[in-house]
Amino acid sequence: MSATTAENKVAVASQRQLIWWRFRKHKLALVSAFIVAAFYLVAMFADTIAYTEPFDTQSARSYIPPQPITWFDADGHFHPTVNALKGKRDPRTFKLSYAPDPGETRDLVLFGHGYEYRLFGLIPTDIHLLGVSNSRPQDALFLLGTDQLGRDVFSRLVLASRTSLTIGLVGVVMSLVLGVLLGGISGLYGGWIDVVIQRVIEILRSIPTIPLWMGLAAAVPNSWTPQQVYFAITLIISLIGWTELARVVRGRFLALREEDFITAAELAGASQMRIIFKHMVPSFLSHIIAAVSLALPAMIISETTLSFLGLGLRPPAISWGVLLQDAQNLQTLALAPWLLVVALPVIVVILAFNFLGDGLRDAADPYG
Amino acid sequence: MADEPILSVRDLHTHFFADEGVVRAVDGTSFDLHSGRTLGIVGESGCGKSVTAKSILRIVERPGRIVSGQIMLRRQNGSTVDLTTLPTDGREMRSIRGGEIGLVFQEPMSSLSAFHTIGNQLMEGIRLHKDLSKRAIREQAIELLNMVGIPRPSQRIDSYSFELSGGLRQRVMIAMALAAEPRVLIADEPTTALDVTTQAQILDLIRRLQQERDLAVMLITHDMGVIAEMADDVVVMYLGKEVEKGPVDEIFHAPRHPYTQSLLRSIPSVLAEPRSRLATITGSIPHPFARPGGCPFHPRCPDRHAECETTVPAEVEIGENHVTACHLYTKVPA
Amino acid sequence: MTVLDVRHLRKHFPLRRGLLGRTAGYVKAVDDVSFSIEAGETLSLVGESGCGKTTTSRCILRAIRPSSGEILFRTGTGEQVDVAPLEKKQLRPLRRQMQMIFQDPFSSLNPRMTISEIIGEPLLVNGMTDTTIRNKRVADLLELVQLPSAYLNRFPHAFSGGQRQRIGIARALALNPSLIVADEPVSALDVSVQAQIVNLMLDLQDRLGLAYLFVAHDLSVVKHVSHRVAVMYVGRIVEIAPTTGLFNTPWHPYTEALLSAVPVPDPRRRAQRIVLEGDVADPSNPPSGCHFHPRCQYATDRCRIETPALREIAPGHSVRCLRAEELSLMGVPAA
Repeated sequence: MSATTAENKVAVASQRQLIWWRFRKHKLALVSAFIVAAFYLVAMFADTIAYTEPFDTQSARSYIPPQPITWFDADGHFHPTVNALKGKRDPRTFKLSYAPDPGETRDLVLFGHGYEYRLFGLIPTDIHLLGVSNSRPQDALFLLGTDQLGRDVFSRLVLASRTSLTIGLVGVVMSLVLGVLLGGISGLYGGWIDVVIQRVIEILRSIPTIPLWMGLAAAVPNSWTPQQVYFAITLIISLIGWTELARVVRGRFLALREEDFITAAELAGASQMRIIFKHMVPSFLSHIIAAVSLALPAMIISETTLSFLGLGLRPPAISWGVLLQDAQNLQTLALAPWLLVVALPVIVVILAFNFLGDGLRDAADPYG
Repeated sequence: MADEPILSVRDLHTHFFADEGVVRAVDGTSFDLHSGRTLGIVGESGCGKSVTAKSILRIVERPGRIVSGQIMLRRQNGSTVDLTTLPTDGREMRSIRGGEIGLVFQEPMSSLSAFHTIGNQLMEGIRLHKDLSKRAIREQAIELLNMVGIPRPSQRIDSYSFELSGGLRQRVMIAMALAAEPRVLIADEPTTALDVTTQAQILDLIRRLQQERDLAVMLITHDMGVIAEMADDVVVMYLGKEVEKGPVDEIFHAPRHPYTQSLLRSIPSVLAEPRSRLATITGSIPHPFARPGGCPFHPRCPDRHAECETTVPAEVEIGENHVTACHLYTKVPA
Repeated sequence: MTVLDVRHLRKHFPLRRGLLGRTAGYVKAVDDVSFSIEAGETLSLVGESGCGKTTTSRCILRAIRPSSGEILFRTGTGEQVDVAPLEKKQLRPLRRQMQMIFQDPFSSLNPRMTISEIIGEPLLVNGMTDTTIRNKRVADLLELVQLPSAYLNRFPHAFSGGQRQRIGIARALALNPSLIVADEPVSALDVSVQAQIVNLMLDLQDRLGLAYLFVAHDLSVVKHVSHRVAVMYVGRIVEIAPTTGLFNTPWHPYTEALLSAVPVPDPRRRAQRIVLEGDVADPSNPPSGCHFHPRCQYATDRCRIETPALREIAPGHSVRCLRAEELSLMGVPAA
């Protein structure tokens, strides 16, 4: 591309395109964007990717270690298989337990049959991403082993992802609305309303979260389902969480108010509405997107932490935090260390969100 | 005036290696600094004057670096060292930077820390280059503040930079630059951010200090008026190349390079007729990535001819210590 | 015909101290400023930091509200309106007749709008909703400021400082104003570009009969553009005169010092300069009597006590100095 054509291309590039180009250069952020997208894809198709019902307890299948897939058979052909289980009764306790039987194998298939569910909540089906050829998946597939109650860890992990990744979204949207509204009013009008809002923000931010949660969790009526409880608490948390965004938005409005091009628009006779929506909002949209991409992992971490501590979601609800609860004591870990694998997606997605947010922020405002 | 230059720059090339291409910020400049004399480097945006100063002090930011050339400094002990060969962060360069070569920047607000008193910063500067007791350092700091004309220095030493006006801050900057008694002072647009009466004070101060200490001063500015006031010798730069170099009187009264001539004609002056138009240079300064081939000025030159588009003109001597890089003069007989 | 008549303009900013923001005093940024501008004329306001020239210009455009005084503006219909006390709503129809050119070419254009949108905005918000007509007018304006129409769909980041100033000028001209306030329009530009913009502004003034209020600190540029010049110091006009009169025969010591401080681009003219002592006075705590007395080499005791009034000392030439008649001050030497 000649110098002039390149120059032309840049010249007519809108701010959005420039931001995209800058973002593209940030390799880590780009990779993180894919990772986050992949996670949400999994969340969307959670039921399809899982192969065993998460509540299917079978104490006989408790603490089965992860069963690897054998990719190639003895002849070297691509023929993925897993070991079947064999039941065994303990002679003294007469307790039935299952253990993998290396002699018997089952073929791994794509899009096999499994438990029934509704795809997107609408289409009833029983096709899952993975299945076994001549068995029910719950009897043969244990990609990440089982927990104490014999429940398949992989399936529970996938379904927990859905809960953990989506439950924060509502809170973030609420924070967004409140943050932009109140931060905007604060920054735009200043004066006593700014002072009041800022003091409220400061008071809210100084409340310690964990005691607050404990108090709220205790105050919520017992009759509510775990989901309702969590929803209520998330809502209340976001009523505090909007403060961060409000401060960012207020700062941007304050800075923008002094910009010459805003004065020029005022002098041209533009209405206040036009100035806000045509001139100011587009200017900080990218900052908001960046702030949101950083608020979301905070929500996820909150949920995970609180559920882990028993203050958030409780069984039978599934989330990463709930799953991690199973891995809480040392004895369990010694017996079944694969239960800790749940921590891995948490770490990966939080890191990915953070890099993504950083990348977005740098692309949006390289000098800020 | 010493005959031997105290600082000699020879064919300096400093390039910036960006994703989009290479910017030849300094593309072959050479000059000498002598004790007791002021060299003015003048040019518009993108001419490379600031990068030249930063190259001498080895503080060029990434992705820029010195690609070739020499910067010969004659040190206090008599030895000569080529600054381009020294590691940027090494002990020797660090002792030279702020030690034998002092630097004054344009924006005193951003060059001074807002969190420390000016005394602290000044004393730190002294401490880096001199080994004295705490009290001696403080006394020296007060003495420096007095030297640069700050009223009530023993009280002012404990002020913060935001408590001082722009002019006073710039004086503090000069005091810091001179703390270690350098022999060379590089001032990069030292008065651009100041009011005109303050500018007069600061220029006056620099001139006085130069006389008192026999300093070699390198003054970088875009303001031809300041050059006329302060410089003994002038280097005119355009797009990284030096286009003309010579004694200040020659540059102003017998400029040879079409750029120098056009520049001088386009300066507004208090001596002009009211409401008179200014002479302009056609076109505008090209984008650093779209530098013209041949002579960098040729697209805007009123006297260009075919050769100018293809060949870079070599420097030719046209008078006593007066050189220019222009094809109009390449065939001047010896 | 007088386009603008400013009478006894004052703008005081309260100084707030303490936790609850009690008013501890006032910064008299603009302290009794009066002047007028005729159609097709340029009046320059010059001075150093804190002199109040920028605040004055913002008051006139009603970007800020003056504390007191009158700003009489002659509208298109010929009547004189005092814009000082008007509310925002009442100001809107008048806005189109006085516009501004800003100092910083980088922050005066919205980076997210094409220059077609930027120049077209004043037209759009004032009722020119038909896109075809508006685009035609924008193209005409681009031509006026000598920018190619091919640039219409580009964004500000593609342009140099000088080109952006032209875009800003085109925007200011969109509504056919009679007065343009130019706040340091060329200080951020390179010398060669400065020359182009100054010439452009002079040409436009001749063609369109614009009145300019030119706010600047660079006296050389001021010499080129002004018909008359007003020198401000700490909120007050200390001298106001036709350009030649002010530069050749100043009557105020501050003007003399300012003129002497301007570096002349000629090494043979390194004349003896008047170097003022001390710093520019602080507008929140100005000296008593004549604000300039602490730095004035001609000051007497009287100057410390009495506040001089602005009085006419020669036709069209007024000065605020108690000793004006006794002093014979030096202006710029004849070219």
